This record gives sequence, structure tokens and C-alpha cells, in this order.
Amino acid sequence: MNENSILEMRNIDKVFPGVRALSGVDFTLRKGEIHALMGENGAGKSTLIKVLTGVYPKDNGEIRMAGHDKPVNIKSPEDAQNIGISTVYQEITLCSNLSVAENIFIGREKSFFTNWKMRNKRAGEILKSLDIPASPTQQLGTCSIAVQQMVAIARAVDMECKILILDEPTSSLDEQEVAKLFKLMRELKQRGVGIIFVTHFLDQVYEVCDRITVLRDGKLVGEYEIKDLPRLMLVSKMLGKELDDMSSIKSDSGGYNGEDKDKILFEAENLSSVEAVNPFDFHIKKGEVNGFTGLLGSGRSESVRAIFGADRVLSGKLKKDGRDIKITKPIDAMKNKIAYLPEDRKEDGIIGDLSVRENIILALQVLEGFFHPFSRAKAEEFADEYIKLLEIKTASTDTPVKSLSGGNQQKVILARWLLTHPDYLILDEPTRGIDVGTKVEIQKLVLKLASEGMGVTFISSETDEMLRTCSRLIVMRDRHVVGELTGEDLNQHKIMSTIAEGESE
Amino acid sequence: MKKKLMNMSDTNLLLTITIVVFVVMYLCAIIFEGKGFLKPQTFFNILNANAALIILSCGLSLVMITGSIDISVGGITALVSMCCAVYLDYHGGSVFGSVMIALGIGLAFGLFQGLLIAYLDIQPFIVTLAGMFFARGMTTIVHTNPFNVENEAFVALKETRIIVPGMGSYNKNGTYVNAYVEIGVIVALLVVAIMFVLLRKTRQGRAFYAVGGNGQSALMLGINVKRTKFIAHLICGILAGIGGYVYFLHVGSGAASHASGAEMNAIASSIIGGTMLTGGVGNIIGTLFGVLSLSTIQNIVSSAGLDQAWWTGITIAAMLCLFLVIQSVVMARKKKMTKK
Amino acid sequence: MKTGNIFQKIFRRQIMIPLAAFLLLAIFNLVADPSFYKITLGYNSAGNPVLSGYLITILDYGSELAILAIGMTLVTAASGGQDISVGAAIAISGSMLLRCLCGADTRSENLNMPIICAFLISMVVAGLFGAFNGVLVAYFKIQPMVATLILFTAGRSIAAWINNNELPIVNDQSFAIYGGFIPGIPIPMPFFIAVIVMIITWLILKFTNLGLYVQSVGINEKSSRLNGLNPELLKVLTFVLLGVCVSVAALIKTSRLMTINYSVIAKDIEMDAILAVALGGNALSGGKFNIPASILGAYVIQFLTTTLYKFNVSSDALSAYKAVVVILLVVFSSESVRGWIGGLFKKSVAVKAGKEAKS
Repeated sequence: MNENSILEMRNIDKVFPGVRALSGVDFTLRKGEIHALMGENGAGKSTLIKVLTGVYPKDNGEIRMAGHDKPVNIKSPEDAQNIGISTVYQEITLCSNLSVAENIFIGREKSFFTNWKMRNKRAGEILKSLDIPASPTQQLGTCSIAVQQMVAIARAVDMECKILILDEPTSSLDEQEVAKLFKLMRELKQRGVGIIFVTHFLDQVYEVCDRITVLRDGKLVGEYEIKDLPRLMLVSKMLGKELDDMSSIKSDSGGYNGEDKDKILFEAENLSSVEAVNPFDFHIKKGEVNGFTGLLGSGRSESVRAIFGADRVLSGKLKKDGRDIKITKPIDAMKNKIAYLPEDRKEDGIIGDLSVRENIILALQVLEGFFHPFSRAKAEEFADEYIKLLEIKTASTDTPVKSLSGGNQQKVILARWLLTHPDYLILDEPTRGIDVGTKVEIQKLVLKLASEGMGVTFISSETDEMLRTCSRLIVMRDRHVVGELTGEDLNQHKIMSTIAEGESE
Repeated sequence: MKKKLMNMSDTNLLLTITIVVFVVMYLCAIIFEGKGFLKPQTFFNILNANAALIILSCGLSLVMITGSIDISVGGITALVSMCCAVYLDYHGGSVFGSVMIALGIGLAFGLFQGLLIAYLDIQPFIVTLAGMFFARGMTTIVHTNPFNVENEAFVALKETRIIVPGMGSYNKNGTYVNAYVEIGVIVALLVVAIMFVLLRKTRQGRAFYAVGGNGQSALMLGINVKRTKFIAHLICGILAGIGGYVYFLHVGSGAASHASGAEMNAIASSIIGGTMLTGGVGNIIGTLFGVLSLSTIQNIVSSAGLDQAWWTGITIAAMLCLFLVIQSVVMARKKKMTKK
Repeated sequence: MKTGNIFQKIFRRQIMIPLAAFLLLAIFNLVADPSFYKITLGYNSAGNPVLSGYLITILDYGSELAILAIGMTLVTAASGGQDISVGAAIAISGSMLLRCLCGADTRSENLNMPIICAFLISMVVAGLFGAFNGVLVAYFKIQPMVATLILFTAGRSIAAWINNNELPIVNDQSFAIYGGFIPGIPIPMPFFIAVIVMIITWLILKFTNLGLYVQSVGINEKSSRLNGLNPELLKVLTFVLLGVCVSVAALIKTSRLMTINYSVIAKDIEMDAILAVALGGNALSGGKFNIPASILGAYVIQFLTTTLYKFNVSSDALSAYKAVVVILLVVFSSESVRGWIGGLFKKSVAVKAGKEAKS
């Protein structure tokens, strides 16, 4: 083990059923450095962290820590805490029913009895030193999300840890709070604590970090000194395209030329929902393919969910084919011939235990109403038609959809929505986690559907896919629309610079 | 006002509601039902009759705080009564031996149910429903017909009355009668005190709240979730054993129909006492007041001349329903306010 | 290898679980005492031909359970929990039925209104109580078993209250048919009622989307919402349907006795109904369901009950035996135990393979 390093992870493998989340990943953390762990959605950052903190058991590889002769065996978050790894997760993992002070101390006390007075006093000091506007005795659930996140950070910092992991801690913090956090991180760095920092805000990486490790598709791309890796190169490493490569790719979309292509199919004005907090305007023309782009957490999914009425809609005026419409829940959108393929296939898409056939006919069956079930033969016919059309690989129409591969599951959901013959199709990450062949098929299909006059909104983390399919891109950053690109501007360079720098607010 | 409501912890908020409800109810009883409720002995009689329920409710509050449930406590009470009765009268057993039997039965149920729920991840309701039926069935298998225990040492213990100093009153003939409580009440108050300290002041106690509040977070905070759940069910089982014995000491007989619906009353008391079904919120003092509220209502119902048994069931269910809805509404409102 | 696959396929069929239990019981009885299967034709007091024997008892008394199992299966599938108030709800519905039939005079010689009207009223009442449970579960997000605990406590009291705690007795013999025999037909009427309910259920499942909707809500509520379903409304609907089943069971139960005993009628039947669903191989955590399997499960439980009675187990002690069956069932269907057994099996196969490779 290197003298400077405080943590060495070697050759880490982690396999989930059907997915290889990590394969042979190495990661080294030095004493007193802030190390950014970067990668796009699904690159394996969170998995790597959860392996390190004992949430998931690793399948292969070893973890060494300074001060331990043998590789350490971390079986639970409890173990991780005990050997000096403390973590702040992206989603708040505190107990909202307990007080602020308790959340700072629970799970790491040694004595059998708890001394409330001492503990509240101590917590008060910590909160004060970090300038967190909360009282120790306040119930955590009554604090704002940002304060809760700060409390989580306070807890982690107070643990006298050797390694501090910050997994996207800044997504709910405002600028001042982020500044406070960075000050704190620099102090800890002085004390020799190794900090792993995961974020999708590039500015922040370049502000505080010393080194960067980039992951892609569960594999290590490389480890770099921050000064050796300019922004654009970092983005290209994350997306997996060499710089020259990318600038040479020319968009071959925009090939569609329908008769009524200037007719506006759908438009939204001042739309917002409980998730997509900042109201935005949006429109799509007939036969157009447009897309929302931006890094993870930029608000692209939340925006399309608002269009479909998937989250509680707060404001907005909607028009379809020039007619005013109202969408408050998904069925309203479906009745207006809008279809939505959700981002999270497993949680929001498939009905796992139901058969391929039932999954395909579900949406149409809901539209048809309670008293009009399809006959078995009719259902089979629909299922067969789309299995053939989309080349879904399944043993039979009776196979439970959860036993299909990811790509085929995605096609089943696509089939479900195509069967409702929508005018406007929203695809949120339709190509995530599926094989390359299927990805291309889906892109082709999107273009074909558009050429038949359907409006399609396409979201993908892979920019080249978006370039190949979309004729207009809406760029988002930090839950705001920061730019709209068409025509000549549709190239990797421009997108990346828009994401990285942001044109304007 | 709103600010105050916001800053109050869920536990304290629900506890306040409970205590207010109890005080109002007792005042109403005094005003409408006459002086009977003013006599200290009336209050102590409520305690005497419900000592076992207090203990059972403590156990239930614990598992409910941990986010689980146990409906076998009534069955265990019946089984404990019957086994102890048979042991004392048919096998010439000692009082000490019968206490050990009670503890043993409670421990066995707690262990087994805890194992299935915590380590095999089986729904607690199913496990304890089966536990309840098993205990009830076993009670009739141990002995079919109800009978009174005649063991002398036991009867002496049962008749022991502990005088509460300075709380007596004059009876009809004008003689001064001391107020008294039974041994069971002392045991119950001890249990309440121990459980209060356990939940409030110990590391393990706070772990119950954390697991019930958010199991996933608790795991991330470094708490052994499975062990915590197991311990909760284990303690609940043991308390059911103790509660069963206190019940037995109060009624002095064994019968298969003993403590029927006790699990229901215990759950109702916990809920009325401010324990949230969803877990993570609750207080043992509240539970004590929950039991008192419940039994005061029963007393009011019976002294109001509504003797028919069904009134009790309906009032308890109505109260339970009311408190469940209050919980649901209060929590929903608070959530909304936090979001803003 | 191929035969293995066929066997696996057969064993994976859900209906195999209750069927296997059924065969096990049948063989046990055959070995223990073949007279169990004797059926005799006799005449009842009214001079009508009736069949009697243990098997007929099973068909007869299993009917209510089979009807309840249908409703319970739907509730389980949609909400991932069970309704424990069905016994109490039967008391309410039965009490309402008798109240309508007898009117204010509990000993009236004549029926106060046609049986069908009284039955429909009791059905509406049971449906309303079902809706009450459903609303607590779907809109107030209370776990089903706890939500139904309210009615479980209050139900029998409400039932007594409906009739002012008196026990009305029906004297009109036309009411006895539903729990007895139609003159001239030796097979008990409850069995036919159960068959009618099964046919109606089958028709509902065939001509509406109930099955598909309920299953998809039970499996993945979030996804169902995104597909335009209303999960809350569907959950309430299943509880209402269970209420309807309850009213039919109440009709049979009260007709058997021509009166009602509030504290005893349909006692512990919720346990049997839940057990029937579990024995039918339906996941108690909701999702996919198989109603025929539940129905078979119900009859298997009645089979078990009848067998235990035959061996002189008292009715109060029955619950202990059933509890053991429940525990065994849930333990062996739990994920971790299954995984563990699967692991053992794999290991032994691996060991075998290793040995073979060595030799």
C-alpha cells in the first residue's frame, strides 16, 4: 500500500442480476485530498460508494485502509463507521422523527445510557460552528431539506473520520450553504481527512477538488490531476468520446420534412409541478423530434413528467392541436394521445409479475375502460404484432416481463405506448442500460415515427444519440432551461459548452 | 401557534392531545356521572382492573414504535393464566414456579415471533395472528373448563392490598376507608418506569425509534435493524408473559376466554396514547394515559346505564378510528407545512 | 432433462399447492379411516332426500369459506394486506338481514319483506362497511390489517345494536332453503350458492378488466398510476366486492340457524379465509392472484377442519393446529427460507457434480 494513500480499492467487481455494475474498478484516495468521483448516470459511482460503505457486499476485489495490515472487510454501514468512514448520501438518510441532536449522534454512541443534556449541548456547539440554523431539540422532519442535508454533513464531519464520502451533497443547498460546505471541506483536508466528492456540478469540482477519477459503464476510465484535465475533456471522458471524435460527428437528424411540419402539436406555458419547481415554456411541432439535455439532476425528467401529469401539477396552460387541454393526472394526458415512457423502467415502467402480453395491452386497456376487456385472441394479436414489429425476444407472450432482458423490457413498454397510437410520444432515457444494437433500433424507430407525423421528445444521457435523433435540443442545468440549440449549433461541442458554462439564466 | 405546532416533535404533539383528551374526559365524567368519579378509589379501581392492560400496552407501544405489530398478547395472557392455574391447583406448584412459567411462555413467544419477523422477514401481522390462534388453541388443550385457583399462597398474594396513604374516603356508614391498589398495579407502574427509561434514555431505546421512523436510514446510520426488531418483539413477548401473570393475579382463575380482545384494547390504548402505527413516534407515558382514557370511557359507558356489552366495543372502535384519522390528518398537515 | 422441465412446469403451477395439500389430506384419511368417504342417502325431517357424510359436510360448510376466499383474494392482490373484519362483517350483514326479515317483532310468524329485498339491503350494508375499510386503507394509507381491526372490534357490537341485542328468529321455512336443501335435491344448497358466486366471479373477470387492473395495482402501484389507473379507487372497489361476498356468506350462515348469535357467528372465519388465500399459493404481499386456487384452498381448509373434528379435536383447540399450518406455510414461502433451501439444493448438486467429476 502506498504511503500517501489512506484508501485503496483494487479490482472491485459488483454484479446485480442482469447488470454488471462494476468490473475491475480501482480507486485510490490520498491523505488530505479532495477527490472527485465523476461519471454519468449508471457509471457505477453510487455502487462503488455503497460497496465501500458496506451497503452492498462486493463480489470481488479488496479494500485496504491505512492503519490496517490486512484488507478490511466491511459488511454493514455500522462496520464502515467503526473503521472511520463516514458518508453523506444524496438522498437524506436520517430519521425525520428524531431530533436534530439525536440524528447527529445515533448509531455511534458507546455508552448504554444517553445523556440528553450533554448531547444537546454538544450538538448545539456543532450546529453553531457550522452555522446551521436549527436547534438541537428540534425534530428533524420540521427542518427544510437543505438544513437536513447540512445536519447529515455535520454528523459525518463530527465522526472523527479518516475518510469522508459526500455523495451529491450539494443538490439541495443554495450558494451560501455550498460555500460553507467547501470551507469545511478545506479545513478537514488540512487535518488529513481524505474526502470523496461526488457531484454533477462541474464548477464545484474545479473549485475544491485535487484529483478526479472518472468511471463509465462500471469501468475505470482514469485518474487525473485536476490541472491536467480541462472541463471539456472531463465531459468527453464521462461521455466516452474522444474530443476529436466528437467534434467530427455531424448531426444527421433534421432529415424529416413533413407537409404540416410547422403546425404546433403541443405547447405548454409556465408549466411547473411539485418536482419541476421552476416554471418553463415548451412546445413541439408535428413530426418534430426534440429533446431535453443536461447532466443528471438538471431537471430534464422532472420537466417531461410535468407534461404528462405524473407529479402534482402546480401551474401551467396547455394546448394540444391548438385546443386548450387540462392535464392533472396521467389518464388525462393519455386521453389526449400523449404517451410517456418513464426513466425508471423497473419502478415506473414494467409490471414485473405480469406477462409480456398483459404489459403490452395495459395502457390501451386502461384507455378502453373497465368494461371493455380485449378477448384473449385480440390481446394475443396485439402482442404478437408488436413483438414482431419491435423484434422483442421473449419465449412466449405469457412470459413474465421481469424475466426479459433490460432492452426487451424497454421494448415491451414502448410497445405498450405505441399500441395506444399516440400523437405525441415522450421517451425518457429509453436507451439506458440496454445493449448497443437495441439502442440503434430504438433511435431508428424514433425517426421513423416522427416521419409519420408523430411528435417525439427524446431524453438521453448519451449526447450523440440525441444529436442523431433530435432537431432541437433544450439544454437544462440546475433545474433551469439554459439554452435551446437548433441547426448549426447541434454539435457535441456546443452542447458541452452550454452544459459546462451555461449561456444564461 | 402554527410555529409552535411546527416545532413540537410528533411524539410530544400526540402526547399532548392524549393527555388533554383524558383530562377532559375525566372532568366530563365527574360533571355528568356524579361524585363517584371524585372518590380516589374509583380511579384506583380503574388502575386495579387495568394493570395487566397497561403492561401489555407497553409491549405493544414498543413494537409499534419499531414499526411492527403484535396481536398475540391477548392469547398469551389467556395461555399464561391457564398454565399457571393448572400448575398451582393440579400439580401443587409454588407461586414462584408459576411466575417462572409465565415468564417462560412470554419469552418463548417473544423469541419465536421475533425470529420469524426480524430474521425471516415475514409480515408481523401474520406471524402474531398465528401466535394468537396458537395460544388460544393451546389454552383449551391445556385445560378446557374455566376454574378458580384455590392455592393458598396464591390467594393470599391475590388478596394483598397496598394502602395508598392519605387517599381514603368515607363510606356510607361514615367510616373511613383507605384507598388501596393491588400488587399488579405496582408491577405495572414499575414496567412503565423501566420502559420509559429504556425508550428515552438508552442507546437501544433510541434505536427502536430510528428503525421505526425509517428503517433504511437507520441502517445507513449504523444501526443493526434486524437485531433491533428482534429485541422489540422479544421484550413484547416477555411483557405479555408478565402482563398475563398480573391479569391472572387479578382474576385468580384460568379460562380459555380470558383477556379476549385484550390485544385490540392494547393496540387501541397505544394509538390513543399517541403511538403512530407507521412507527417511530410514541411515548410510554402516553400509553399509560391511553389505557386510562380507554377504561374511563368504559366506566362512563357502564355508569351511564348503557350496560349492554356492545356499547363498549363501539365506543372503543369509534375512539380508535378518531385517533387514527387525527394522526393521519395531523401528519399530512405537518408534512405540507414543511414543504412550504 | 426434458422430463425434469415438464415436472418443474407442473409443480410451478400455482394450483398445485392446494392440490398437493388436498391429496395429502385425502390419503391420510384413506389410511386412517376409509369410512370417512362413506356417503349415505337419507331423509330429513321434512321427508326430503338428503345426502350425508363427511364429504358432503365439506362441500356444505366449505361454501361460505370459498365465497369469502374469492373476495379476500381480490383484497389481498390489490392492497397487499388482508381484511380481518370479515367475521364481524358477517355478523353485521346477518343481523341486518334478520332485522329486515323480522321487522320490529323478533318472533313474527310472517316475513316482513321478501327475502330478496332483505338480502339486497344486507348486501348494501356489507358493501358500505367494506367501503369504509377500503377508504381507510386506500386514502388514509393505514395498513389493511390495522384498518380492519376497527371493524373487527366494533362489528359484533354493531350487529347486536342493529337488533337491539335481541335474537330474532325466522319462522318462515322458505328462508331455511339457503342453508339447507331444496326439496327434492339431495345436495346442500350452500354448495349451489357458492357455485353461482363462482360463475358470477368468472363472468366479471371475463367481461371486465378487474383482474388486470387489480394485479397491476398490486404489483406496481407507481407504474399503474403512470398507466392511467386510479389505485385508490381500485382498492376501495376490492373491499366493496369483499363486502358483497360477506353478505352472501351471511345469508347462508343465518339461514342455517334461522337466527343469529352475535358473538359466535362466523367466529375466526377471517383466519380461515386468509389461510385459504395463502394455501392457494397467492402471495400475501399482493400482486398476481389465482381465484380457483383460493377456492380449492378454502375447501382444503374445510377438509382439514372436518378431519380434525372427526378425530375429536374440540372446536376451540382447532385454532392451535391451524396456526401451526399457517406458520409452516409462511415460513416455507418466505424469500430467505426459499433462498436458503435453494442454496442447499444447489450445493448438493454441486457436490454431486464434483464427486462425479473426480471419479
